[in-house]
Amino acid sequence: MEQLKTIGRELAMGSQGGFGQSKEFLELVKSIGESRSKAEEDRIVVREIETLKRRIVEPEIPKRKMKEYIIRLLYVEMLGHDASFGHIHAVKMTHDDNLLSKRTGYLAVTLFLNDHHDLIILIVNTIQKDLKSDNYLVVCAALNAVCRLINDETIPAVLPSVVDLLSHPRDAVRKKAVMALHHFHLKSPSSVSHLTSSFRKKLSDNDPGVMGASLCPLFDLVALDPNSYKDLVVSFVSILKQVAEHRLPKTYDYHHIPAPFIQIKLLKILALLGSGDKQASEHMYTVIGEIVRKGDSSSNIGNAILYECICCIASIYPNAKLLEAAADVNAKFLKSDSHNLKYMGIDALGRLIKISPHVAEQHQLAVIDCLEDPDDTLKRKTFELLYKMTKSSNVEVIVDRMIDYMISISDDHYKTYIASRCVELAEQFAPSNHWFIQTMNKVFEHAGDLVNIKVAHNLMRLIGEGFGEDAATADSQLRSSAVESYLRIIGEPKLPSAFLQVICWVLGEYGTADGKYSASYITGKLCDIAEAYSNDETVKAYAISALTKVYAFEIAAGRKVDMLSECQSFVEELLASSSTDLQQRAYELQALIGLDAQAVETIIPQDASCEDIEVDKNLSFLNGYVQQSLERGAQPYVPEDERDGMVNVSNFRSQDQHESAHGLRFEAYEVPKPPMPSKVVPVSLSSSTDLVPVPEALYSRETHQVSSVGASETAGSSELRLKLDGVQKKWGRPTYSSPGSSSSNSSSQNPANGVTQMDVATVVNSKSRDSYDTRKQRIEISPEKQKLAASLFGGSTKTEKRSSTSNKIPKSSVSAADRTQESKAAVVPSEVSREKTNRQTPPPPELLDLGEPSDTVAPPTLDPFKQLEGLLDPNISTSINHSGAAVTNTPDIMSFYAETPASRESGSGGYNIPVSGDNVNLLSELSNAAARGTTEETTMTSLPQSVKGPNVKDALQKDAKVRQMGVTPSGQNPNLFSDLLG
Amino acid sequence: MITKPVGVVCRKTLVNRVTRLWLWLWLQLQLQLRALIRFEMIQFVLLISRQGKVRLTKWYSPYSQKERSKVIRELSGMILSRAPKQCNFVEWRGYKVVYKRYASLFFCMCIDQDDNELEVLEIIHHFVEILDRYFGSVCELDLIFNFHKAYYILDEILIAGELQESSKKTVARLIAAQDSLVETAKEEASSLSTIIAQATK
Repeated sequence: MEQLKTIGRELAMGSQGGFGQSKEFLELVKSIGESRSKAEEDRIVVREIETLKRRIVEPEIPKRKMKEYIIRLLYVEMLGHDASFGHIHAVKMTHDDNLLSKRTGYLAVTLFLNDHHDLIILIVNTIQKDLKSDNYLVVCAALNAVCRLINDETIPAVLPSVVDLLSHPRDAVRKKAVMALHHFHLKSPSSVSHLTSSFRKKLSDNDPGVMGASLCPLFDLVALDPNSYKDLVVSFVSILKQVAEHRLPKTYDYHHIPAPFIQIKLLKILALLGSGDKQASEHMYTVIGEIVRKGDSSSNIGNAILYECICCIASIYPNAKLLEAAADVNAKFLKSDSHNLKYMGIDALGRLIKISPHVAEQHQLAVIDCLEDPDDTLKRKTFELLYKMTKSSNVEVIVDRMIDYMISISDDHYKTYIASRCVELAEQFAPSNHWFIQTMNKVFEHAGDLVNIKVAHNLMRLIGEGFGEDAATADSQLRSSAVESYLRIIGEPKLPSAFLQVICWVLGEYGTADGKYSASYITGKLCDIAEAYSNDETVKAYAISALTKVYAFEIAAGRKVDMLSECQSFVEELLASSSTDLQQRAYELQALIGLDAQAVETIIPQDASCEDIEVDKNLSFLNGYVQQSLERGAQPYVPEDERDGMVNVSNFRSQDQHESAHGLRFEAYEVPKPPMPSKVVPVSLSSSTDLVPVPEALYSRETHQVSSVGASETAGSSELRLKLDGVQKKWGRPTYSSPGSSSSNSSSQNPANGVTQMDVATVVNSKSRDSYDTRKQRIEISPEKQKLAASLFGGSTKTEKRSSTSNKIPKSSVSAADRTQESKAAVVPSEVSREKTNRQTPPPPELLDLGEPSDTVAPPTLDPFKQLEGLLDPNISTSINHSGAAVTNTPDIMSFYAETPASRESGSGGYNIPVSGDNVNLLSELSNAAARGTTEETTMTSLPQSVKGPNVKDALQKDAKVRQMGVTPSGQNPNLFSDLLG
Repeated sequence: MITKPVGVVCRKTLVNRVTRLWLWLWLQLQLQLRALIRFEMIQFVLLISRQGKVRLTKWYSPYSQKERSKVIRELSGMILSRAPKQCNFVEWRGYKVVYKRYASLFFCMCIDQDDNELEVLEIIHHFVEILDRYFGSVCELDLIFNFHKAYYILDEILIAGELQESSKKTVARLIAAQDSLVETAKEEASSLSTIIAQATK
């Protein structure tokens, strides 16, 4: 009986006028329909491909046959097999004069090719010809292809013809032409930018279909730049009004609703135009109110319109009445039994609470219901809503819920997403540190491999730094609670690597700090970890570092260290490790144990993880030695790459040459100089302040150069420029001025600097007394300022954290304005952080007995905001930095830093931005990793969800599932015969 | 020397930092561009049978053949396992997939994050109604053997990922015009009945 029915169907279809498929094709379709497994289906398809490959190249195939082959190819490709060998034949078919073949050819190419396929170039000519055809069906077929295949390179070839078609007598053609232009706009907005007026004209086309189509490009144009289309608000509103009043032909009614799709599109456009514009919004209130009032909430399409109304109301300038109406509609959605409507209701609620937060209150129960619904889609949408609703008062509940859900799901893609959300919320709203650490522990435990490693680093930093609060006891309590919780967690099997790293680090730093646990206990635990995860080198590295620290603290405290046997074997294992990093760490540990308490304490002081290391790249501590050697008549060192360029320079001037080899300085010091390096001390003392004009000139030139480079670039580079300014403010000045202060107190001189000062001293006459005094004043203030800056820094990192995390960059729709703002903010902490660096830099030992008040900690008296302003203002900031450098007594480093970018800048114009920008990076990284971490993290979190595909495991699972589905034969499937609408 | 957690400060070379900075800037630029360029509203249309067999696919955004099979596999696994009472939307790779079941056939459309799901649900229904009108109480078999016709109809409803025509009558008129052309062409070619005779022999 079934069989008969099938045959009957086939007969019916044949007579209905298929393309005259042959028996072969019918059988192919049938056999695939009856195949019992994916493998069988694949076999059939592969056989079919072989046949087609053979047949399609035969000479003189009748057109009808060829058409069928092409359709068979389509079928094969639809089933997921490669039929690229036939693409060229489809292209050939579009050249055919017979409309029927042409149409099939166009269908095939639109399905086979995408817009960057090599064969496109062969079709463009045909399309051009067909667009000019007399037969409107040919034109339609060509326009269909245009909408799929034309890319930004080929747009110019067809654009004129398409524009001509905008005034074609047939509405179908006009409509498709508008859509084609819409497609061009998506591909390359500039290509059709001169056509916006014709889009506006099409809005008043006689045919509603064309008008509806013109809304698509207009929507995109408005989305890009709402301000230039404000004049259309009135027209849109009047069209919407007419549509809602049934003025369009009855054929546009859909389930008794007048042209709902056009209404929705119009509402979308109005939402964009009215956003934040009171005047434009006022035009819309009446018509939207009318639509909401008349809205039909019984049908699906009616609800679609109502939902769009809510979105529009939430987007335009708020109106109390409309908001109320929207809230009522939303209540209906949420109370509905339909999951779809609940979903829409939750989504709409998320939009409404942005404007009137109290709306959510009456729906609490409905939201909770949705949260507990077994439907994942609904649940996720609800989490999205909760995420938007999170405040510091409810964060605990929400994050707990999220974590519970995160544990329960297996979809890695979403797990990553929700984990990052948890981290974000916890960082933003954590009510207590204890809670924060507990939460992070949970996140790490269950999704440790999925979260960004930055999060782990942030956590370590947080525990290490404490919370910037005064109470040191709170910090130590926090640490011991962290240690305790980690000791508890260690026992659990299969912890993620990132989490183990955190555990090891915390145990190493603070395991023995409160004296509750003995060193041997902690080291034992650490060895356990290393043993249990012996194939993870990073964890092992963390473990051995932690061991080193624990032992170092023991030694420093004067206790005798006896290594556990397991530790010893662990260390021995690492000594022979193939990883050089592990080996080095092990050797360091071994060496350290042999040292005495005092040395160890200097090497690894307790609880100093957040102090910054100043790396003296220029070996300034050797300056004294170098000076002595020079005095004894040694030749000064000249860097290798500069040795060639000074062949004909006299021996004595070689020092200057060495100096001027850095391109930027070369021009500034052309005046002859008396060669008296030994008299440096008194002269430089006075001259250092007078140097000001010279570096100033240099400085402005530098900025100018940089800005001219950056001018042509986009917002990204302007950000760079901002940072760069910071660098120059910071590094430009102290180069010249700071040696003065150090030279006044110490006899050890950097020869290079000495020369510089002296040179300038001769150029600029010394009226240094008074300026030196002012400078001295500054020096006296500076420790306070620095202290302030440091405390501000703590504060500013916090605010920075907030602002950056709450910006929700993942939406990826951050406007350019936002970005510049952000970048501005980013400059501040890096500046401040540099201050901090300076402050923390330990002064070289020989300078410790200075009269300078470098170590006095005066109470902060300055307005912190002024300080900040000062940091941003070049004039003031230079003075601050200048004095800051003087106090810290690290002029050499500064000067060399300044030289490096300068010399590179002279080297290549393109390179200078990254180099100097990099300096900012370097420093902010040193002392501001926390703040930076969060900003970076926000960008990173957005990354995985867009870039990361589902992993292999997931795909395999799903594949298996599909195969399972495919196993059931569909040949006798009665379902095939049931009407789709029945 | 002062200890530090290994990861907090990455001691990398200068060059590395520079590349990282550029990479970051590039990423920002990409994000910005992504925000500016709006892609097609409908990314693709899929028709899958209850057994997970593909009945029709139409891609409005570029996907390679490999990606296509992967997408179909993933989505069919996700959608076919859903209970009838659950909502007709699935979140997938940052997009939303709206699906509706008619008899044994699932119609799926993949849309952007901020599109109106209910509207898309109705676009699907709109499509099915037109199919129904064309084939006369359409069933899955019609679509299996006449998939190219379904493509032609879809091309009249959706274009460049947007709804092109919301009037059923207009669509029907256009399709009929094309078909009349086919009829005349068919008569020129060899008669269909002979083929059917062959097929049923």
